[in-house]
Amino acid sequence: MKALVAMSGGVDSSVAAALACESGWEVLGVTMKLWKGPGGEAPTAGCCTVSDAEDARRVAAHLDIPYYVWDYTAEFMSGVVDTFIDDYVTGRTPNPCVECNRTVKFDRLLAHADALDCDKVVTGHYARVDGSEGRYRLRRGVDPDKDQSYVLSMLGQEQLGRLSFPVGDLTKAETRSVAADLGLRTAEKADSQDICFVGKGDYREFLASQGVNPPPGPIVDSDGNLLGIHQGVTNFTIGQRRGLGVALGEPRYVLKIDPATSTITVGTREELGVTAVLLSDASWVDRPVGGSLLAQYRAHGDAVEAEVWHKARPVRVSFAEPQPGVAPGQTLALYRGDEVVGGGIIHTTS
Amino acid sequence: MNLRARATIQAMLYLDHAASSPLRPQAWEAMAPFRDQDYGNPSGGHAVSRRAKNALEDARDLIADLLNANPLEIVFTGGGTEADNLAVKGAALAGGAKRGVVTSTVEHDAVLASAGFLEEVGCPLALVKVDAHGLVDPAEVASHVTPETAIVSVMMGNNETGVRQPIEQVAEAIGSVHPSVAFHTDAVQGYVSERVDVESLGVDLLSLAAHKFGGPKGVGLLFVRSGTKLEPLIHGGGQELGRRSGTHNVMAVVGMAAAMAALESEREAFSTRVAAERDAFETTLAGLVPDVVFTAACAPRMIQTSHVRIPGIRNEVLLVRLDAAGVAASAASACQSGAATVSHVLEAMGMTPAEARECLRFSFGWSTPAGEGAAAARLVAREVEALR
Repeated sequence: MKALVAMSGGVDSSVAAALACESGWEVLGVTMKLWKGPGGEAPTAGCCTVSDAEDARRVAAHLDIPYYVWDYTAEFMSGVVDTFIDDYVTGRTPNPCVECNRTVKFDRLLAHADALDCDKVVTGHYARVDGSEGRYRLRRGVDPDKDQSYVLSMLGQEQLGRLSFPVGDLTKAETRSVAADLGLRTAEKADSQDICFVGKGDYREFLASQGVNPPPGPIVDSDGNLLGIHQGVTNFTIGQRRGLGVALGEPRYVLKIDPATSTITVGTREELGVTAVLLSDASWVDRPVGGSLLAQYRAHGDAVEAEVWHKARPVRVSFAEPQPGVAPGQTLALYRGDEVVGGGIIHTTS
Repeated sequence: MNLRARATIQAMLYLDHAASSPLRPQAWEAMAPFRDQDYGNPSGGHAVSRRAKNALEDARDLIADLLNANPLEIVFTGGGTEADNLAVKGAALAGGAKRGVVTSTVEHDAVLASAGFLEEVGCPLALVKVDAHGLVDPAEVASHVTPETAIVSVMMGNNETGVRQPIEQVAEAIGSVHPSVAFHTDAVQGYVSERVDVESLGVDLLSLAAHKFGGPKGVGLLFVRSGTKLEPLIHGGGQELGRRSGTHNVMAVVGMAAAMAALESEREAFSTRVAAERDAFETTLAGLVPDVVFTAACAPRMIQTSHVRIPGIRNEVLLVRLDAAGVAASAASACQSGAATVSHVLEAMGMTPAEARECLRFSFGWSTPAGEGAAAARLVAREVEALR
């Protein structure tokens, strides 16, 4: 068995590589360079820093496996960053990690695995793949706080059959302990939380740095009454409460973003509730599944009860209870218990 | 796995001499006394220091002789990148109001980034385009030179494609109209391919890096024609006539001189051998992979480089397969993280990013054994076959 391990330089993928080696596989380590700074230099914060690649390289050397860095900055720019910018400009809330997995990461890794005669692609995601030929299941990782099955919900049978997520069976604490036992230099390394290309700053600063500066516009209530003026639609996401600059006694939330007229509509928490959504780009882990399922519409949100019309075009999901902060552009993952059955991108809410 | 990996390392066909060559035994031998006998600081005043100083100046005399220069025109640096920086920045910063830079779009990053820095601090910069073969037009270079220009920098041989620029003609074109402008060439790769005579090249500044021709890494030199004004980049104890401060790396300088002497003593045989291996590589590869494209095959090229494009095959994948098969080659110049980025050289020659990602460089050197070119080509063809 020969495996290609995607190594970011973090502890999770370091341990994934180590466990792949321990299971007796022949292992190649690779870091995908996805982002570079404005002048083409390696960024100093977030992923893809020189020190991250250096950590990955050192771990690979420690494990005595060949290691390479592949440049995917062009694909990442067109597949992920441009979509991210475009989503905000059109009033949507993007999910760049999902977009990266969908358009760049697995696509490229699996293609390269083919070209390099690798049977498996291994990553450090907290999720589990089980089952066998013809019926692979994608399940939540063992550690509920770290589970990443949501960002993998676009994967299908063909991909899952060739993927392995060794740390999905571990808690984060166990992963760190394995890393420490093996003497991996990344054992104590802090988790990366931010969007890799935005880094520690605010996404709004990033958009401004990319030349996105939408005009000011009105903030209105659902009856169209003018409540204030905002400094550009990209400052808002659906469900946002802070930073509206309107004082109205009871809390107000962003209900609607209309870039065409630069209008932000706000309302009460009751008005924020969404009862149903339509999905674009729906995909299924195995066969299409409908009926009563669990739906998760945020990376770290809870899965809520929902009814799914899988034969509808587009696929329709209605929530048992109205849900706050459901934003077009976000991914919705569908679960049966802890098993992902499919997902899609929220296109329309009602 | 581990044992196999070790075995692979030993069996490697090393076709990446343009990145670095192994140390010539003559260099290693010449360096040995500086470990525990002649370890003194050459700027000191006692017998141990004098021995080091003598060795340093002997090396300078030898190198100057080999380049047809005057010993005082040789400035030792910490490698080719530093030599390029000293030439470009040094000349521009010494020029007062005359501080402009003219260079080409296919230069090594050491030159381009230095020029970019100078532009940021207010020095006018002109970038001369190249044709589809990667060649500059000497007349066009000269046409960018103005009374404000301090330095023109055009490389001798390109580190990626192996294309040999017409630097003699560039020197002539500039010199006939603007004799006060300094002309620099980065000869880091060019010197491997052919003997360098600074007089017949007509250059005022010329960079070399020892590890490309069998010397140690981290040492190089800048030839500075007498009378060429240069602002130092490294200030301190005033070594190298104030042009480059810092205690000399005597051992490395001695190794560099020995490697140069070894190269020149076998120059003809070296050229015949290396060119034969490169040609055998190309002939064999063309026979087995008929759609292979040799970059700039019609342009004047250095003898040690073969730059190829294999349509439909991404270089990063082929490089991993070649690595596993025991062939060391490379794509474009590597950045600090080691990722092969799309080459600015190929872009300047009009290649699309997709085409540039199908390119690989194979380079030969003093330690290339007979038959390795053809053997490597067969392995490349085998891996290309596996990917198709």
